[in-house]
Amino acid sequence: MAERPLVYRTKLPVRLWHWINALTIFIMLMSGMMIFNAHPRLYWGKAGANFDPAWLEIGNRGQTGFLNLLGVEIPTTGVLGYAQGTAEAFPPLVTIPSSYSIAAARQWHFAFAWVLVIALAIFLIYAIFSRHLWRDLALKREELSPSHLWADIKEHARLHFPTGEKARAYNPLQKIAYLGVLFMLIPLVVLTGLTMSPAMDAAWPWLPELFGGRQSARSIHFLCAFGFALFIAVHLLMVVLAGPFNELRSIITGWYRLPAEREVKP
Amino acid sequence: MTVISRRNMLVGTGGLMLAGCDRIVASPTVKQVLTLGEKATRSTQRLISDRNALAQEFGRADISPVFKENGTKRPQGDAYAAHVANGFADWRLVVDGLVAQPMALGLPQILAAPSRTQITRHDCVEGWSAIGEWTGLPLGLLLKQAQLSTNARFIVFHCADTLFGKPYYESIDLIDAFHPQTILAHSLNRQRLGIGHGAPLRLRVERQLGYKQAKYVMRIEAVASLDRLHGGKGGFWEDRSGYQWYAGI
Repeated sequence: MAERPLVYRTKLPVRLWHWINALTIFIMLMSGMMIFNAHPRLYWGKAGANFDPAWLEIGNRGQTGFLNLLGVEIPTTGVLGYAQGTAEAFPPLVTIPSSYSIAAARQWHFAFAWVLVIALAIFLIYAIFSRHLWRDLALKREELSPSHLWADIKEHARLHFPTGEKARAYNPLQKIAYLGVLFMLIPLVVLTGLTMSPAMDAAWPWLPELFGGRQSARSIHFLCAFGFALFIAVHLLMVVLAGPFNELRSIITGWYRLPAEREVKP
Repeated sequence: MTVISRRNMLVGTGGLMLAGCDRIVASPTVKQVLTLGEKATRSTQRLISDRNALAQEFGRADISPVFKENGTKRPQGDAYAAHVANGFADWRLVVDGLVAQPMALGLPQILAAPSRTQITRHDCVEGWSAIGEWTGLPLGLLLKQAQLSTNARFIVFHCADTLFGKPYYESIDLIDAFHPQTILAHSLNRQRLGIGHGAPLRLRVERQLGYKQAKYVMRIEAVASLDRLHGGKGGFWEDRSGYQWYAGI
């Protein structure tokens, strides 16, 4: 069977945005976990501190770490609460900087928040004017039908990815994941981040109003971060399953080899 | 032959990555670049918000059942203990520096002065918040009374407490100093400030984080520059741990 030719699939602005984001999101997650370490408890509502009930807490008793989620305590020694000989919610391996410094973590977090927002703005302008948004990301009419989506879910579950000409385009679940990050996760994480700023709350009082208070915004911000982590995990899994060499070449150089059509069993 | 287990390799690679990351984090050039973000944040926040935009005020029902005491809970030293012992009768708030009319005010004078009451949210840099009702003397009124010089750029708050052997102090610029909600609070939740909350007087600068809300304020100094004060960064935590001087975020 002859190898299919390379096709130019991923345009430069998309690749650039991908890599800027890859770096930025990792820095945001890692510095964010250090900021969280300063007060590893989450609340709902306008205010919340040590005397108020937390819906999530990561802590330690001596050398045992635990996660308390909605009142259920889960032992997490070696992962959360107490790990690498350190009594912090998130261990040194995953935080920026590695040893406790809320000042340095905030410096990283807020500097890269600018990178995230500026890159997003430029990418959105590109995506709209180049029609990348409608041509590649928006779901086609037929893709929106429940039966089509269900078929795509089943294909994913069987680890059958599109082949041949169909692999030129994003598949529906992939589109939904990317659109979700672009129009849900990133805007939500930015707005809830802004809501934690006392100066922003004074300038834009609708912010805390929108999220039900600063502590609710902080909780949603954390859940968004979890959403990013989940996205990255699934994203990387898909890259590995779909052929890491071909996928990496495509996101670095833009060139992609369309996978051969599956042979139909007689 | 050495056998490298997968676990050891993971730990080893993790350690190397950690060391590499720490080198980047510690680099002065990197730190310098990151401060650009801080400057951009301050300028943008100032640009988009009205000078007098008020921090959100809440209702009595929103007041936190327990308002967490943070930082110093009781200043050390005989001088403060003596003030506590006689109910701050000899305590004076000194207002000096670049003012035409330096002052030394006793607590009764401050209590008798015009006051503002506000139920606001205190946001700690660590992430927690508490809501309380503060009553106190608007700082702007005091500065007008003291006839602030046109050379003054910052207002510095010198405190009675020390942390790690260094005196606590904080500073704000004139935008925040003359903001209507910036007060020298003498009461929390309609009770005179307890020692844990900064008795007899603490700063409330409502659009910034908790470490700016200096407790145990003894002296207010108007200055043209922060360079010569203590570590030169404008506040205790700024000097000690590199906290951002502008704490609006």
